[in-house]
Amino acid sequence: MSETSDAMLAIRDLKVHFPLANGQVVRAVDGVSLTLRPGETVGLVGESGSGKTTVGKTALRLVPATDGEIRIGELDVLNASGRDLRRLRRKAQIIFQDPHSSLNPRMTIRRAVAEGLILNTSLRGRALREKVSETLIAMGLPPQFHDRFPHELSGGQKQRVCIARALVLDPDLLVLDEPTSALDVSVQAQILGVLKDLRAERPSLTQLFISHNLAVIRFLCQRVAVMYLGKIVEEGPVEQVFSDPRHPYTRALLSAVPVPEAGRRPDRTRLTGDIPSPTAVPKGCAFHTRCPVARKGLCDTTPPPRVAAGGGHAALCHFAGEMQTT
Amino acid sequence: MTDLTTSATVPAKPPMRFRETRRLTRTYCRSFSSVLGLALVALFLFVAAFGPWLAPYPEDAYGAVDFGAKLLPPSPEHWFGTDQVGSDILSRVLIGARTTLQIGLTVTGIAILIGVPLGLIAGMTGGWISETIMRITDIFLSIPGLILAIAIVGALGPGILNAMVALSLVWWPGYVRLVQAKTLSQRNETYVDAARALGAGPLRVVFVHVLPNCLSPIIVKASMDMGMAILGAASLGFLGLGAQPPYPEWGAMISTGRAYLPDWWWCTFFPGMAIYLTVLGFNLMGDGLRDVLDPRQR
Repeated sequence: MSETSDAMLAIRDLKVHFPLANGQVVRAVDGVSLTLRPGETVGLVGESGSGKTTVGKTALRLVPATDGEIRIGELDVLNASGRDLRRLRRKAQIIFQDPHSSLNPRMTIRRAVAEGLILNTSLRGRALREKVSETLIAMGLPPQFHDRFPHELSGGQKQRVCIARALVLDPDLLVLDEPTSALDVSVQAQILGVLKDLRAERPSLTQLFISHNLAVIRFLCQRVAVMYLGKIVEEGPVEQVFSDPRHPYTRALLSAVPVPEAGRRPDRTRLTGDIPSPTAVPKGCAFHTRCPVARKGLCDTTPPPRVAAGGGHAALCHFAGEMQTT
Repeated sequence: MTDLTTSATVPAKPPMRFRETRRLTRTYCRSFSSVLGLALVALFLFVAAFGPWLAPYPEDAYGAVDFGAKLLPPSPEHWFGTDQVGSDILSRVLIGARTTLQIGLTVTGIAILIGVPLGLIAGMTGGWISETIMRITDIFLSIPGLILAIAIVGALGPGILNAMVALSLVWWPGYVRLVQAKTLSQRNETYVDAARALGAGPLRVVFVHVLPNCLSPIIVKASMDMGMAILGAASLGFLGLGAQPPYPEWGAMISTGRAYLPDWWWCTFFPGMAIYLTVLGFNLMGDGLRDVLDPRQR
């Protein structure tokens, strides 16, 4: 309790299961616990299908949770109803991956940004108009854009609109669901710049940054959590995790990052095969089917313990203590 | 700074809207057939509005009888000729346009009023509610519309009002299908999630976000259905189940004129042409609107 009370976002043992028509169950999120302190930026990484997006959406109750507990500040998200949920909408906002589909094609961007204010504040008329213009201009969209429709804007501009739409409510918590991965590389850099400035401008804003791009996480986040098949397998301060990864999956992800110089990387860990289906999560350690260090009789039968490595750094692996820095 | 920005944005608005409209107009006018359709529809609406004043013998439309002038061929005096009781066919066609417009608007309107809400409910809810609505819709769709309409009119008794009711009752399932499919695809768009994250309730999501994005196919279907409903009502009139002569309805006019074919061809030819051109006009206009409103054009 003492840990949750001073946390901005506290997720405890969250499970999100989707039943399929054929009776199978997709275990998209299967026991995730994560705590974000106020003002902290935490990265959530993992392959496609690891459940990281579902965690973000469930935190705002856009997806119903199967089990577990989520608190945003003092608010119990999963059991909130009516008025409490309205309060949540002001406090917590989300930015989606694809800016092209996250804006209503029939609304001007001014209307899109005003929507949240109309729903959550008593601001109307001139004051509303000014607040919207101000926010859009702060996001680098000059007034001549404000009455355009989304299809008249570029991808980067649309994503700025989405950021403006989330920030205009002045939230305490911002979930960023791969905000750059649907954009061109040059535009990605721009948006990352915007997000970096945001950290400086609003130091009290807590951010959950979901991405599969490790370089982006390193650039923006203080802590990182690595997800695999609905579980967090490693967690810790960014520098520590990146320089001294304890989970073989994290090592594989890090070694998959392209390095500009040719000829280096003798220690590349390669993963073979695809991520297993979340309808049939492997027994024991979920990663043992692709793990380069898995030991038969241990990893395929016994779920790995949580091994702490100091400084809030921990990994879910039988061999976490033996992993060496290369 | 805020003062400066608002004063700069206010005059920027009208040209933006105007540009959008002009672009749509240009796209529409690129196709000759669309323009032709629009012209035919405009002519039809004009006649429907001013028919009683345009008609040379307005009293002929409501059963005036002049056996001295019966079955006269087209002439400068009677441009479309006269029928078996000596009524001027031009007058009857011109005044009949209003009935036809009434039929088209009523049938399409009622079909939209029933079909669109049911489609939205089916698309947004899922589960047994959606299943029930869609299966009932399927049952209606599996029976040929006109046959069902004939059965309904048969039960209610012939007449123009009953014909409209019958056609409306068989017309809505198409809208349910259309709106349900469109709603299903819109419901999973990210902007619906975004709206919910901003605090929009289910009603707001439906009416502010989903429905406006379903509007263009509804408009296209409605404009084509205007033509089809007119044709349907004319068919019922022709079968003697719709408007009763001497009421000036085009289908009923063809029905009575049929007995005088082929020698007195003008009794059927001119009302037939009127139906043909009106239906063609609405169909071409619907095609043109589809081209303009299709998001892939953007």
